[in-house]
Amino acid sequence: MSELTTAHFLFLSAALFIIGMVGVLTRRNVLIIFMCVELMLNAVNVSFIGFAWEQNALTGQIFALFVIAVAAAEAVIGLGIVMALSRRLDTVDIDEVRQLRE
Amino acid sequence: MEWIADWLFIIPLAPLVAAAVNFLLGRWWIRDRAHWIAVPAVGISFLASIPAFLAVARQHGPLTQHLYTWIPAGDFQVPVTLYVDQLTAVMLLVVTGVSFLVHLYSVGYIDGDSGYHRFFAYLPLFVFSMVMLVLASNFLVLFVFWEAVGLCSYLLIGFWFRRRSAADAAKKAFIVNRIGDFGFGIGVMLLFVTLGTLNYAEVFERVETLSAGTVTAIALLLFTGAVGKSAQVPLFVWLPDAMEGPTPVSALIHAATMVTAGIFMVARTHPIFVASPTAMLVVAIVGAITAFIAATIAVTQYDIKRVVAYSTVSQLGYMAIALGAGAWIAAIFHLFTHAFFKALLFLGSGSVMHGLHDELDMRRMGGLKRYMPLTYWTFLIGAAANAGILPLAGFWSKDEIIVGAWVAGYPVIALIALAAAFFTSLYMFRAVFMTFHGEERFDRAHLHPHDPPWTMSVPLVVLAAGAALAGFVGVPPEQGWFHHLLEPVFEGTAHHEVSPVTTLAFGAISTVIALAGLYAAAAAYVLGAISPAAVAERLGPLYRLAYNKWYFDDIYQRLIVEPARGFATFLWRQIDVGIIDAAVNGAASLVVWTSQLWRRAQTGLVANYVLAIALGTVIIVGAYLVAGSNLFR
Repeated sequence: MSELTTAHFLFLSAALFIIGMVGVLTRRNVLIIFMCVELMLNAVNVSFIGFAWEQNALTGQIFALFVIAVAAAEAVIGLGIVMALSRRLDTVDIDEVRQLRE
Repeated sequence: MEWIADWLFIIPLAPLVAAAVNFLLGRWWIRDRAHWIAVPAVGISFLASIPAFLAVARQHGPLTQHLYTWIPAGDFQVPVTLYVDQLTAVMLLVVTGVSFLVHLYSVGYIDGDSGYHRFFAYLPLFVFSMVMLVLASNFLVLFVFWEAVGLCSYLLIGFWFRRRSAADAAKKAFIVNRIGDFGFGIGVMLLFVTLGTLNYAEVFERVETLSAGTVTAIALLLFTGAVGKSAQVPLFVWLPDAMEGPTPVSALIHAATMVTAGIFMVARTHPIFVASPTAMLVVAIVGAITAFIAATIAVTQYDIKRVVAYSTVSQLGYMAIALGAGAWIAAIFHLFTHAFFKALLFLGSGSVMHGLHDELDMRRMGGLKRYMPLTYWTFLIGAAANAGILPLAGFWSKDEIIVGAWVAGYPVIALIALAAAFFTSLYMFRAVFMTFHGEERFDRAHLHPHDPPWTMSVPLVVLAAGAALAGFVGVPPEQGWFHHLLEPVFEGTAHHEVSPVTTLAFGAISTVIALAGLYAAAAAYVLGAISPAAVAERLGPLYRLAYNKWYFDDIYQRLIVEPARGFATFLWRQIDVGIIDAAVNGAASLVVWTSQLWRRAQTGLVANYVLAIALGTVIIVGAYLVAGSNLFR
């Protein structure tokens, strides 16, 4: 086994990011898409932590904490929208929600 | 009386204040009380003019009051200075005096009209503009108020703007005047370009330095303005139509004051005209043609106000003859006496209309003498004064004009003026006889003619007194008090000596001519010795020529109005709709078309949007990598 390097962090981050992105692109359930967005945010967090580990600096870690806080706030709004959607249109399928198209 | 020099501003200010108050508050608050402000304001103006007149009459020197400098631009200064010399003083008395009487008359005449307050806002505004016009001391101020009186004339002709004919007449007056004013404006510009100043005194001093051609051009251009404003051939067509306005307006603006502005302007700028014999000749010829044509038209008309209107045109022609002949004082003298008898005639016909419920056609009048004696006698005095019957006002001034033309070396013009005098007498007494004598042709079952209330009678009586007596200020001819008063103004102009024999001879001739006209009218309309219809039949084409107003309106319609309308239609259909509107609409449809194209990109599928974002990011990042950025190395 080789040593733990920054590259490992970045590969993990990239993998998580791509998984998240593919999920956003392909899934139709709003909740799933939402979870995938969270996944992408956390992928970024991983790369922040990786760089912070490499530089031995706190900046990256603090940044990651910020992202988590923002993600929490975003989750509140996002779930609120999901609630409103399901109440109003009785669906959580994103492709059904296209009233603004016309 | 010199103290008045510091108070000259009162004369224009009083009517201006009245106009402003009635404009701002008339509709909501003042309404039927509008005359409470307007009539006293014009009265104040008149009262303030009296000491100004007395002051200049005594000290023989002009009064001036500098108000402010309108355009201070280096060497070019336009001061607003009130300037009163003998000429201005006479005009001030005429304008404010007649205005006051007409205001008083209007109280009774316009009573009950929904535009009452509007009328009493326009009328003082006119008085203000006219007073400023005569008080001006430079061409630019003159021009501004020259336009302002034109505006007031437009507003008042179109006072009953709901009536199509009134609105059309107002437009006609405004547009025809515009043609004259265009020439006037160019004349003023030419003066400025050649002399570099517009102040009367400086211009008159420097006129001699100009070449003969330039002076003639300037004089003729200025006279073009007078042709429009003072209704001379070929621009007189607006004045008869202006009778669509209320009768007091016809009396004040279209008889006594505004239309004489052109005559006043030429007299005021006489040094320019004196310097150009050609221009003087043109003025005299235009005047003679106008006097004759209008007099012949008046004989054939049946609308009482139109008869008086053509009479005004004809009398203005006489004034122009006097100007052209260099008989400046005679022109102003006739202006002065004409203001009395013409205002009287208009107010008299207004009184007839008032009694007959707005009847204008003399064929449906007759025999009114019995019902409206006061109107009859005052109208008769006005008509006789207009016809030039001794010893009423018109005789003295008109005779002096004819003599003036004769001694100035224009015998043909003097003869034309004498011929026009016959028609003058004929149409005036024709109007009197058709209206007040003979059988009663109006609807006696429904109409009960009566003399008007006191606010309308008092002006009639005062003006009748003026029409009868005003001529005596100019007696004896050429040497009267009026002549001595105005002499300083026209000092230095060539004066033709008139022998007493000439004066007497012309006096006798014109009296005979006036009586001949009177007899002809009486023979046709009272005695029944001549049948007017038979005479018209005999004259055939000549009668039709006069009856159709010498076809001036028709010619203008053919040659100017219709081509202009055609051109305007072309501009509207082809240029405006075809090019300008098309460009605007084209720009709008281009935007619509592009939007339709791009709107397909909006699918409403979130996945598409996200893909676009992701691909966009990839492309941008890829571009960085390819371009060799060291960001990712």
